[in-house]
Amino acid sequence: MVSSVSRRDFLARAGVIGCSLAASPLFTPVSFAQTPWDTRLVVIILRGGMDGLDVVQPYGDPGFAALRGSLSGGPQAGALDLDGYFALHPALASLMPLWQAGQLSFVHAISTPYRDKRSHFDGQDLLEAGTESLAGVRDGWLNRMLQVIPGVTAQTAYSVGRNDMRLMRGDAEVANWAPDADLGLSPQAVRLMDLVTESDPAIHAALAEAQLLSDAADDMGGPRGGNHIEIARFAADRLSQDARIAAFSLNGWDTHFHQERAILPGLKRLAETLTTLRGKMRGDTWRKTAVIAMTEFGRTARQNGTGGTDHGTGGLMVLAGGAIRGGRVFGQWPGLGDGDLYQGRDLMPTADVRAQAAWIMRGLTGIDTTTFEQSIFPGLDMGSDPGLLL
Amino acid sequence: MSSFDPQLAEIRFGYGLSPQVAAPQSVAEMLDGLGTPDTMTTRFPVEPFHVFRNRMVAVQEQIRIRQANRGTDLAAAARKRRNELNKDARVAMFQWLGQTMLRRTHTTTAFRERVVAFWADHFTAMGKRGVVRRATSPYIEDAIRPFVSGRFEDLLQSAVMHPLMVDYLDQRLSMGPNSERAIKAGKNKPRGLNENLAREVLELHTLGVDGPYTQQDVTELAELFAGLTFDSKNGLKFRKDFMEPGPETVLGKAYPDVPNINAIRAVLRDLAAHPSTARHLAGKLAVHFVADTPDPALVDALTQAYLDTGGDLMVLYEVLLTHPSAWRDPLNNFKPPADYVSSAMRALAVPADAFDGQSEKDMRRMFAAPFIRMGQQWERPLGPDGWPEEDPEWITPQGLAARVNWAMRIPAQLVKVLPDPRDFAETALGAFVTEPVRFAAAAAESRPEAIGIVLMSPAFQRR
Repeated sequence: MVSSVSRRDFLARAGVIGCSLAASPLFTPVSFAQTPWDTRLVVIILRGGMDGLDVVQPYGDPGFAALRGSLSGGPQAGALDLDGYFALHPALASLMPLWQAGQLSFVHAISTPYRDKRSHFDGQDLLEAGTESLAGVRDGWLNRMLQVIPGVTAQTAYSVGRNDMRLMRGDAEVANWAPDADLGLSPQAVRLMDLVTESDPAIHAALAEAQLLSDAADDMGGPRGGNHIEIARFAADRLSQDARIAAFSLNGWDTHFHQERAILPGLKRLAETLTTLRGKMRGDTWRKTAVIAMTEFGRTARQNGTGGTDHGTGGLMVLAGGAIRGGRVFGQWPGLGDGDLYQGRDLMPTADVRAQAAWIMRGLTGIDTTTFEQSIFPGLDMGSDPGLLL
Repeated sequence: MSSFDPQLAEIRFGYGLSPQVAAPQSVAEMLDGLGTPDTMTTRFPVEPFHVFRNRMVAVQEQIRIRQANRGTDLAAAARKRRNELNKDARVAMFQWLGQTMLRRTHTTTAFRERVVAFWADHFTAMGKRGVVRRATSPYIEDAIRPFVSGRFEDLLQSAVMHPLMVDYLDQRLSMGPNSERAIKAGKNKPRGLNENLAREVLELHTLGVDGPYTQQDVTELAELFAGLTFDSKNGLKFRKDFMEPGPETVLGKAYPDVPNINAIRAVLRDLAAHPSTARHLAGKLAVHFVADTPDPALVDALTQAYLDTGGDLMVLYEVLLTHPSAWRDPLNNFKPPADYVSSAMRALAVPADAFDGQSEKDMRRMFAAPFIRMGQQWERPLGPDGWPEEDPEWITPQGLAARVNWAMRIPAQLVKVLPDPRDFAETALGAFVTEPVRFAAAAAESRPEAIGIVLMSPAFQRR
């Protein structure tokens, strides 16, 4: 079903604005077409460098305990055994039902092509650019995927929360929203605001989108729980309707100091985010969903001198949803023994984080591998299918 | 326009036009302003960090009492007292927020407030938990503000070796793996390096991420920093038992083993003098004050001035303010939220006593909460790289929605009588007022909406 309406008509019907915007150039016609696929994708950027070795602990590796004094964990320290080799950090215990239901899995020892300088900021930029280097890149990989799919509308993909998501930047239209923003303006104020900002396309477009989306957010009710829960509720609501993709950030993974304590808020937010997404999706939406949580790099294999870990290389990807093949720790484990570590300090990456994302998105959307390797993640060799989806 | 203009000077290099403070009439006047006594610090005082430290000492004392008397009434009283101390600091933080905004509203040398904010962001530091979370303004008052018109190397030392930075970037307990203290701790309680501060000094404070340093330099610099720590009672100190024995080599230069901070001072001086530092800082200044993609000639000129003068910041400002590309139309950079609100307060001439008797709740409602919704939580950037400069980071639907809400509602709470919107359009925008803004200011349904629309105009949101 394809019905062509203008955004302005949509707003007018929704009672958001009067008819005085008829001449406004910003309300460009968009097509509310049914997207060509029915699956759902959620991408979560875990900012700060999540310590994969603490989240999914390789307690079966004899090198692990030696590298990690107070962080050696394992089932003895309360971690939840996953498969006899890896154990889940106890702060993620609320996710065990998902693991048992086959709706949670992990990919270990992965990384972007970023190496050696270990800067958060460049690391995150490269993770979101999806390229080999940052030179000349202005858009993000999720936006480039939207660019190659016909029938994408301004409501197909949502960038949620107050962080600007670079992976969503680019030529394809993406909706941006923070669930707690609202706009209660008189029709006259809307009209005049439109008039004074008309000369500045960037400001004009952002305000128009704010107006369009504040109506959608009004239906969501008041805030409950932390901001991450609001974000997950909003994303679940949108994805239960026309949206197919949502992306947002969870911060707080830079655990240089006293990690035993410092990592807990991040893990709590991650667990609550995933359980909220599952709980708030309606109908069979969760069954069709793949959630990918990725971070800019892992952390040092060896605990540092202050009970924490420093910036490293190989890291962990978290997968959830009814569409993924759960109950497994994927990835080629490089080992933690002498000579196994990258530069003698970090978990050796054995696969490219982009290849995992590409295979998942290929399974969800049917886009061919050539397009992934040439346009979405230019220069990537996807290798063979790791089988992350059902 | 490609040379000095008073109104553009006030908008681009200050906090916008004020109906009660005259714009500077020359670059010389702007620079001289940095040399005159800093009257804003006495008119709108903010507690300096060396005084704030007393709050940290007092909280620690209550924690000590509590731990020594577990389960007794004494412990309960100490807990209560600690909570009161934390609350006092929180209330004070909102007062300092108000003072900072009032300085920007009333100063006659707005460029000084801008460079203070620029360097405070370059040297982002904040406390993570407990009372020290409120210490950022006091840190800026002590470690940044007095140094903004001197040499970069002095500013660098002041910021990097400040207790708040040492705490924020996890330096406090970092010790050499072969230090006395680490060896004493033994195998069961391994102690050693934390390389966070060392990495950010190279990546953010000096050379820049493209600078010629390696992981080895980060590690050796961390070893050189080992021993740099502080305690709340006495401030910064150097612990000899944390020192890594032997010389460390950073960027090819060996620094001898001395049992004090002299080697740290030396390496910071060398890093400040590095050509990569010159270029990194030149680029940041040009981006912040002029454009997201500045004229390369401006960056070159700033780099050269830095190298020629050994990082004399006044000369850098002079080069910036006299360069033709600094005065080009049109208004360009998008004001980040706190700067946007500051300039609205200046345009509204919010009186100096506006916050007398305002509660913490009022300050949260008028400033702290809207700042969060606009994407810039007060003094809490996401990381040590500070706030983003790129305009698209701020021109988001959610951020602009929050600005609309602020601009329509809060001004009426800051001044007794809102100005006539038609006059306000002229005084707030000066020569940058447009016909649509004039029309809208006159046509809005209500005075608050009219003021809000002027504040939402592109000419007000850019500089």
